[in-house]
Amino acid sequence: MSRRTNFRHFPGFMALGLLCMFLLYAPLIIVMVYSFNDSISVTRFDSVSLRWYRDVFFGLEAGKFRQATFNSLTIAIGAATVSTVIATCASIAMLRAGRFRGKLLSFPLLSLPLMVPEIVTAVATLIFFSAIGFAAGHATILVAHIVFCIPFAYLPIAARMQSIESVYEQAAQDLYASRWDSFRLILLPLLMPGIISGFLLAFIISLDDFIITNFVKGAGVETLPTAIFGAAKQGIKPNIMAISTLLLLTSIVFVSLSYMFGRVESNNKRE
Amino acid sequence: MAEQETQEQSSGEPSGERGIYEGLAYYLMAPAWVTLFVFLVVPLGIMLVYSFLTKEFRGGVIWEFSLAAYDQFFFDRGLFGDEPARIEWTYIGIFWRSLWQAGLATLLCLLLGFPTAFVIATRSGRWKFVWLFLITIPYWVNLLIRTISMKFLIRDNGPLNEWLLAIGVLDKPLHLINTDFAIQLGLFYSYLPFMVLPIYASIERYNFALSEAAADLYASRWYTLRRVIFPLVKPGVVAGCILVFVPSLGAFLAPDLLGGAKKFMIGSLIEEQFKGNIGNWPFGAAASMLLLSLVLVMLTCYALSQSRARR
Amino acid sequence: MTPSAHTAVGIVGVTKRYGDYVALRDLSLEISDNEFFTLLGPSGCGKTTLLRVIAGFEEISAGSIFLYGEDIGALPPNKRHVNTVFQQYALFPHMTVLENVLFGLRRLGVAEDNARKQGFEALELVQMSGLQDRLPAQLSGGQQQRVALARALAPRPKVLLLDEPLSALDLKLRQAVRLELKQIQHETGITFVFVTHDQEEALTISDRIAVMNEGVLQQVGESREIYESPSNSFVASFIGETNLLPVRDLRVDGARATCLLPGGVQFSFPAEGGASAGEGLLSIRPERLSLTSPQEGLLNGEVVDHIYLGTDVHVVIAVAGTLSLTARVQNDGAASIPDLGARVGVMLEAGAVRLLRN
Repeated sequence: MSRRTNFRHFPGFMALGLLCMFLLYAPLIIVMVYSFNDSISVTRFDSVSLRWYRDVFFGLEAGKFRQATFNSLTIAIGAATVSTVIATCASIAMLRAGRFRGKLLSFPLLSLPLMVPEIVTAVATLIFFSAIGFAAGHATILVAHIVFCIPFAYLPIAARMQSIESVYEQAAQDLYASRWDSFRLILLPLLMPGIISGFLLAFIISLDDFIITNFVKGAGVETLPTAIFGAAKQGIKPNIMAISTLLLLTSIVFVSLSYMFGRVESNNKRE
Repeated sequence: MAEQETQEQSSGEPSGERGIYEGLAYYLMAPAWVTLFVFLVVPLGIMLVYSFLTKEFRGGVIWEFSLAAYDQFFFDRGLFGDEPARIEWTYIGIFWRSLWQAGLATLLCLLLGFPTAFVIATRSGRWKFVWLFLITIPYWVNLLIRTISMKFLIRDNGPLNEWLLAIGVLDKPLHLINTDFAIQLGLFYSYLPFMVLPIYASIERYNFALSEAAADLYASRWYTLRRVIFPLVKPGVVAGCILVFVPSLGAFLAPDLLGGAKKFMIGSLIEEQFKGNIGNWPFGAAASMLLLSLVLVMLTCYALSQSRARR
Repeated sequence: MTPSAHTAVGIVGVTKRYGDYVALRDLSLEISDNEFFTLLGPSGCGKTTLLRVIAGFEEISAGSIFLYGEDIGALPPNKRHVNTVFQQYALFPHMTVLENVLFGLRRLGVAEDNARKQGFEALELVQMSGLQDRLPAQLSGGQQQRVALARALAPRPKVLLLDEPLSALDLKLRQAVRLELKQIQHETGITFVFVTHDQEEALTISDRIAVMNEGVLQQVGESREIYESPSNSFVASFIGETNLLPVRDLRVDGARATCLLPGGVQFSFPAEGGASAGEGLLSIRPERLSLTSPQEGLLNGEVVDHIYLGTDVHVVIAVAGTLSLTARVQNDGAASIPDLGARVGVMLEAGAVRLLRN
């Protein structure tokens, strides 16, 4: 199609799009490249080596980072699982249970963690645990993360549920399925891609969180972001760049996974 | 025609159709209600209470009513608190600066994000997939990592300055780190993907036959963009702006790592009040309360204007 | 009053409200055993609502529903021995054709080998044997329609409900499937309740038709009865085409009736008995009007338009300036069709005119 008749074309948009991509990727790629730098100095690039990756896994700070990674992963899995279950139940209530008292207020409540600035949530949670005399630690981080992850799990699940017409469940009921059967055999399998992407999103949000964790973690409990932040405060050493690169690769794996499930989703929708 | 009938019915659905899980709503909703109420609404309430208490010097509070936190925020009564009250500009200034920075970041993100979203939405097949994949990755990459990367790049002796010096554009390093510009760059860089995705989603739903109709009626390309495309994708644009503005306003990482924490923004101000022994919890709670009110007032105004527009 | 156990579906005084909107208004209807029964009406007339009320997807605001003498009004859909063929089929996208067909049987607790036997029988009945392992997305629209039918038939329901099942098919396929549906109904002996807005479909397929409008039942009867003796102007104009003439001073005198048309035109025509008098509406089907010379006609007027229909032509005639009549003339060459502007007479036979009260 010629540009004159292509109404999807605006001069300059492509250039801005490419600029946007460049700005987003330049810092990440540079850090990635410098993480393979052999030099102790972060500014000069000498020769390619895996020295800093060895340092991350076996160096002086390896134990600290390993513990932080373990904390981050267990908290993320716990928070994502609990918030996904809560969000799935809530989305069924919101979209498949007709009217009930409090429905109108439920959506603002569900999205409240998104509307409140993160730092305010962090302060409120810290004050809350201190007021009830609950010792900061793994448990406080986990609870704070569950709360924060609920809307992130809810949105993809609800979006998926909205795209599943209720006629499928009606058809199941017409064919003698009880409510539990029509949930188990029809709604749940059709909803699965939404549940998985809700879980993945909640997982990554929990894994990424710095501000809230920083407020509610007790002394001595570190997650990966707080450990990295602490280390970066003293200057960006090459091992930080190696960790960053590893996290970057993890994110790419996650995006790919969620795309795979997205594919399944669009295949189903074609029907 | 038959579809019309089904639609009529679904619009009247709540009053008539047997909701499939009707009667179970409370059981299904209870976990979400309880969790969010106990661990978010109640804490926000306690925070409000704390903002009216007296500070304890080692962090924490004394249970004694006091307006000191808000007084300190707005008024200056001299070193010993006995001079006549003058308006204290420091904290108002920090709020104002944060608003300004967040607003500018939102504008910049929109200027770059809209064309990018447009380009993605108008690709087809494999290229659309590639673009979408590329824009999604930064969205999912740890914000801390991205901010550290930016800090690394723009340091006085970082790669950017090295190269600019090497190719002779500069003769001494450009001092970027710990400036307002660095904070702005950090905010813009942090939240740019948050702008692109919602706008992309709404352009994706835009029907380009409307552009052809506009062209057929003698509209130029840019007029069509302004008067046809933009109004129709506005919900996505507004969603993107909220997603950039709100976190920018309370941002902590960009000002702390790139602004060196000296250039105060709200986030750093609040964080400082809860750090170790030097903090002032009631003051931190009051500042958080003011930030929360600011955001909620803006979101409410937006919601009201939306519902009025719908009517 | 409970309908007898021989009545497949008995609907007694059913009203369905959505807030202020009344979808069904005090509707009573009896559908007999082993009948192909059609609910016909324009969109929004309540026919789909009535079907969903029978299936149990909608709670009724008043009245009762009986299935072979049993009051099922309070039962949820999964406790009613009726099955539905949905408009967009609603085949479970994550299950194969066979799993879809076996779904109802398994929920009913039919032993697996019996269920499979019944399932394959149902697939055979709709000529879909051999495709049982496909997913719905791998089937054409026509095939999906057949699977939906097999799925609803497999549990051998007492009544089968069909919600415009043919509307998503193209014309040729629709006509073929229509005959097949009729045949399947005959073979299985199951009562079919069929919803459509297509009057031609309704006339060709049904044993009896119920015409609905705005939630109110207009007329129930066999195809011929509905077409030839419509009970009101809505039925007359919705089923086929008709000329509706408001008249005054109607007098029937033996085999002849006279009346006053708008514009003061005197009209006299052959009538078949009936001693109705006064005001009303006359309904005359275009094919029952024939054209003749102005002198011989009961009415005469000027040809103002031709509407070409292929085998026939509709000739529009202006009578006395204010009234327009449409006559259907067979297209056997240009000779028999009067030119525009020509003056013609209109003839009709006894029984062509039907007087409607409203």
